[in-house]
Amino acid sequence: MNEELTLSVRHLTCGYRAGGGLFEKAVRQEVLRDVTFDLRNGEILGLVGESGTGKSTLAKAILGMVRPDSGEIIHHTKRPQMIFQDPYSSLNPAYTVAWILEEPLRIFGKYDGPERKRRVREILDRVELPEECLAAKPSELSGGQRQRVSIAAALIQRPKFLIADEPVSALDVTIQAQILQLLKKLNQELGLSYLFISHDLNVVYQLCDRVMVMKSGQIVEQGSVEEIFNHPRQDYTRQLLAAE
Amino acid sequence: MKTIQKAVRDHRNGFFLAGCIITGILLALILLGAVWTPYDPTAMNGSEKLLGPSLSHLFGTDNFGRDIFSRVLKGAGVTALVAGGTVAIGGVCGILIGALTGYFGGAVDELLMRFNDAITAFPSILLALVCVTLFGSGKYQVLMVLGVVFIPSFARVTRTAFRALRDANYVQSARLMGAKPSRILFVHILPNTLPVLLPAVTIGFNNAVLAEASMSFLGLCGQPPDASLGTLLSEAQGMLATAPWYALCTGGCIVALIFGVGLIGEGLQSGRGERNA
Repeated sequence: MNEELTLSVRHLTCGYRAGGGLFEKAVRQEVLRDVTFDLRNGEILGLVGESGTGKSTLAKAILGMVRPDSGEIIHHTKRPQMIFQDPYSSLNPAYTVAWILEEPLRIFGKYDGPERKRRVREILDRVELPEECLAAKPSELSGGQRQRVSIAAALIQRPKFLIADEPVSALDVTIQAQILQLLKKLNQELGLSYLFISHDLNVVYQLCDRVMVMKSGQIVEQGSVEEIFNHPRQDYTRQLLAAE
Repeated sequence: MKTIQKAVRDHRNGFFLAGCIITGILLALILLGAVWTPYDPTAMNGSEKLLGPSLSHLFGTDNFGRDIFSRVLKGAGVTALVAGGTVAIGGVCGILIGALTGYFGGAVDELLMRFNDAITAFPSILLALVCVTLFGSGKYQVLMVLGVVFIPSFARVTRTAFRALRDANYVQSARLMGAKPSRILFVHILPNTLPVLLPAVTIGFNNAVLAEASMSFLGLCGQPPDASLGTLLSEAQGMLATAPWYALCTGGCIVALIFGVGLIGEGLQSGRGERNA
């Protein structure tokens, strides 16, 4: 066990069983092939690649939502939480923000009412939302506010590791910058590690320390942001950069 | 509950409002009928046979001189009880089955939905006849039978709704946070299916009223004092020529009940869709 690591992934291979009810035969489709990487504490690791290359599947495998066929996923910290792309569907529309933020603590089950309220206020402060938001339903908030609520909900169980799947691609450019700033701030203040999935190389360049480039389920290149953006070694990476 | 609140708040929702007024008046009359009726619904009066509607007998009298208004009040109570009970049994069981099958899918889904198909495969009237032969006739027997017959339709609606939401991001989040399946099903998903389920409940109620009426028309719902609107209707059939107001008033009462609840369902449905906008 390395104390400086958040996550180690070793030779991860992962497939989907498409179909496969009682009367149909299941079809295997390989989505991830031999994926190996480490995520260090406090590091922001970008994961780029075209859509359909298995980025989201990698996230799901790390979260335990997809069972790997072979290989290892070693968590060195508490389980990670997830921030989704679409802040409209990641917040339960039936409840208020206060309820949504308290729910992870209720599920965890160790905090009484006043303590939950205290921690909700604290996290609201951290993501820079006004207290009036607590009484609102998600549908009454703006996209940026909603994404802040999602981040708050992900952070309230105090994880050390967040997976963000295209967290800003549904937002306006100005709001994008604000959310990226917030993510950077949380990374510095709380020492969080991120696995940051994006197809937007600009965003990755602004936020990440290291980048992995993924193509058809394989990691074709990884390195620091400087290396990848200034001296790409693979043709595929060069194509991605040129497409920007 | 939010769907209801929204429908109430939305003043333009005329369907909902009109439905509530009609159903409210009928419900008040039914409750009144449970404790007080203008005449004893079973008392015969030889001097007041076959009277048309008037101020002293609002719906007139039948061939025994019984006050039809009093009889309809009592009958509507029986009908509402049977329909309400049917929806309660069918709804609770159906929603439970639908939630489990829709959320978990796989073998549970196949198993429970085949059970559903088995119930659906029986014509409901035939099933009811068999049950009445086995357990005897009466409103509680009919209520139980209809309840079971109504399970599949509720299960199907619920299943579709839960299936659509089981991979919603907020449900996935709840799973990641470690929520138990029961909590995910009934705290995280169920409130979001109400815009679909509540109209289904109102439609189910109306179908139950009709099913009950047709079953007691066939004489399966037990005898007076358990006379329901369907029983009254089959009585009225014999007096169609001599006391047409009997059939008209009884039928009108069934129509009003269905119309009112139907409007509520329509109102709830039209309030839907704006919510997630």
